Parts: sequence; C-alpha cells; structure tokens
Amino acid sequence: MPVPKKEWICSSLFALAICLSFCPRSHAQESPYIVAYDHYLEEPGNLDVEYFSTFGTQRGAGDFHAFWMEFEYGATAWWTTEFYLDAQTTFHDSTPFTGFRWENRFRVLKREHFINPVVYIEYEQKNGADKILKEVEGHDVESDYAVANFSLRQEHDRELEFKLLLSKTFKGWNVAVNPLAGKNLSAGHPWEFGYAIGASHPLALAASPNRCNLCRENFIAGVEMYGGLGDADSFGLHDTSHYLAPAVAWNLPSGWTLRLSPGFGLNDNSHRLLLRWGVSREFAGFGEAVRQFLGRL
Amino acid sequence: MRVGLRNPFRCLLAATLLTAWFAVPHGLGLPLASANNSPKRQTDNSGEASNDKAVYAELAKAPAEARAKRNPFENDAKSIAAGSKLFEQHCAECHGNMAEGGKKAPSLRENEVQRAEPGALFWVLTNGVVRRGMPVWSKLPEPQRWQIVSFLKSLRTDISKQSASLP
Repeated sequence: MPVPKKEWICSSLFALAICLSFCPRSHAQESPYIVAYDHYLEEPGNLDVEYFSTFGTQRGAGDFHAFWMEFEYGATAWWTTEFYLDAQTTFHDSTPFTGFRWENRFRVLKREHFINPVVYIEYEQKNGADKILKEVEGHDVESDYAVANFSLRQEHDRELEFKLLLSKTFKGWNVAVNPLAGKNLSAGHPWEFGYAIGASHPLALAASPNRCNLCRENFIAGVEMYGGLGDADSFGLHDTSHYLAPAVAWNLPSGWTLRLSPGFGLNDNSHRLLLRWGVSREFAGFGEAVRQFLGRL
Repeated sequence: MRVGLRNPFRCLLAATLLTAWFAVPHGLGLPLASANNSPKRQTDNSGEASNDKAVYAELAKAPAEARAKRNPFENDAKSIAAGSKLFEQHCAECHGNMAEGGKKAPSLRENEVQRAEPGALFWVLTNGVVRRGMPVWSKLPEPQRWQIVSFLKSLRTDISKQSASLP
C-alpha cells in the first residue's frame, strides 16, 4: 500500500532534522558563485543544506520570486551529489512547485593541475513554470516566462545536462569556465548549449589570529557571466539571453554562508534584473550521523 | 505534478541516491566523517593503519621544487595562532581537535608529518589525497595554507615539551 505523499515527506524531513541535530557544524569556504562552479567538491561525509532565492523582473507579466533548496553531500573526495527542490511565485499569479534536479560532480584528476576539470551530470524533472534560472541555455529568452503559470505547468520536461567545469586558483584568484550542453529527453528537441564563467577573490589572503565574523578573509567577492549559445539546429548568439552578476559570499565562523548577487541582463532578450541571495550551512559527518541513527532503530 | 516512487526510473534514482549517500564511503573502504571529539584512532587496526601509511607516503611524493619552498610565516607567532584557527575550522573535523587523528584521517603529530619539510606539507595540503578521502585545499589562499603548516610544525615543539615533562 503506497505511503501518502504528505506523510512520506514529513517523515523524511523529521529523520533529516534528527540526523542534522547530531552533526557538528563545519566552517565552509564557499565561493560566491550561484550559477558558475569552481572545481572544489564537498568534503566527504559532509552535508551542505542551502536555500536560494531569485527575484526577477518580467516585462509583459508579473515579476517573480523563484526559490530552491539544495542538499549537497560529499559522497567521496572525488564525487559530490546534490538534490534540488524548485518552486516559484509569480506576482499576481500563483506559487507552484516546479520540479527537482539531481546533480553529480566528479573530479577527474587526483591532484591539482594548471586547469582542473570536473565532470558535471544532472537530471532534471521539471515543469515549464520553472524560473530559478540556475542555468541559461539554448534560446532561453525573457518572453518565455511571460506566460501564466497555469499554462506553463502543463509542460513537463525531463532533461539531461552535462557541464565541463574548468577552474584554476592562482594567487587567491579563482577563474571558472563552464561550457554546458543540455538535452530535453522528449522527442524532437535538439541539444542546447550555454556557458557560465566566473572570477572571484577573497578580500584578504592571510587569516587573522582571532575568531571573528567581520574579518576580511571571511568575504569573497566575484563576478559571474552566463548565457545561452543556441542549439544544435541554430548555434550562436542570436535569440539568446546573457547576464552579468557581481557576487559576494560571507563565510561565517558559525558554519553559515550568506550570498548576494544582483544580475543584470546584457541584451534585450534578458530579464532586466535577477537579484539572487542565498543562505547555507554545512554539517560535518552527516553520513556517519545517519548510520548511527539507523543503527539505533 | 505527481511525485511518487511507483515509476521504475524514480525507484532507480532513489536507490542510487541512497547508495551514494549512505553506503558508498563504506563500500569503497573510504574513510568516513566523524565528530570533532572523535577519539584517537587505534593504529593497530590494520585497515586504518595501512590507510595512514598511504596518506603519510604522499608526503614523499612531493616534488623537489615543492619541498624546497620556504614557509613565509616560519616561526611567526601570529601565523601559528591563525593556523590554529584555520586548523580548527577546516581540519579538526577529520584529524581531531589536537591533530591526534580521528576515525577518518591520521594523526598529524606522528614523526612522518613532523619531520616532513614544510614545503611537502604545503604540497599535500594543496593537492589533497583524493583517492584516500582528503580533499584538495587549494581553495584556501596560499598564505592561509602556509599558516596551517606553521601551526602543524608548532605541534613538534608541543610534543617535545610534553616528552621533557614526563618523569
């Protein structure tokens, strides 16, 4: 007999909360990127719980607030797996759940090199009302989002997405370049392409001896740029949207990280503003806590 | 949108996720995360001891150029204090609060570490020992990695003092 959905979700969240209560906090050193990725993976056994919001302006319809939860787990030192739940509110419209994503990142080389590649594979199951804009690909343009949620929700997509995360850190600077290719698994959709690039630098390179919230080394500032590159049938920049987004991350000694990033559309096909913010907390030894919890049952 | 587990693909997805989250680190014999107050590991346990040796052996793999690098913060008291703070934030979770070792990672007070050149320690910190569960730490800026090396090297003095005070 199938377990009712509400009870299943409540039980899962309750079990997760109990496991997290056994986990010590861990000081994260998160980059300010929200769309781009560097080559650093989650520490093995740690769980990073993240919440992100995107406020977007929309010409021709109501502005929107899209939000998502991320559960990022370091399965090994070379494999990080991540689960997302996405939703959005369109002003003067409605608030639908828009889908889930499962992402995996695999470190290819065992040591640091001039450029460090990480392979990214993601499966998405979402409806057309998804507006988190976690990546921009193909011919995604602002007018695609100017449709009522009721209509957008009729469209159901299953997508596979591949990225090559190339990143290098030198003298405190991190530079990341992420080409991407995505395929809607429904018949008749061509491969779509996009990119994200980012650069970041901490405000101070050396750490101060004292434990402090406002030390300069706790802040990392950066900028990212992302957009679509068309699809296999019409590759190029025509009918694509692009964004430039300064970003800052504040890594608190308590284990919390706060991020803020105002993104600006670079052409007429782009939303004028995508204001993103997020909060995350890393829990050390989550895998071990789960095993201990299950062992007690 | 319906979310359920009756669809075979979703069942497969859920099973793979659960495997990745809870089983893979054990199955591959990889070390697991532990709490900060984890006790010193028993190094006579053959599995953990061999993993420790493999991790220590990485120090010997540091290229000559890396070994020859000098710590710009050598013997700097403030850097040792900063390194201690950084160690607590990033390393103690696996290596133990006093660097005595945990379930997941070896002691950094052993001779293999204390006798290693600062450049070799910096190299291992930068590159990690990914196949043995230690992540790369090049995301910490270079000065912070040297501060951690300063702290690790200061433990040698602690050990000497402790030995001298024994009857």
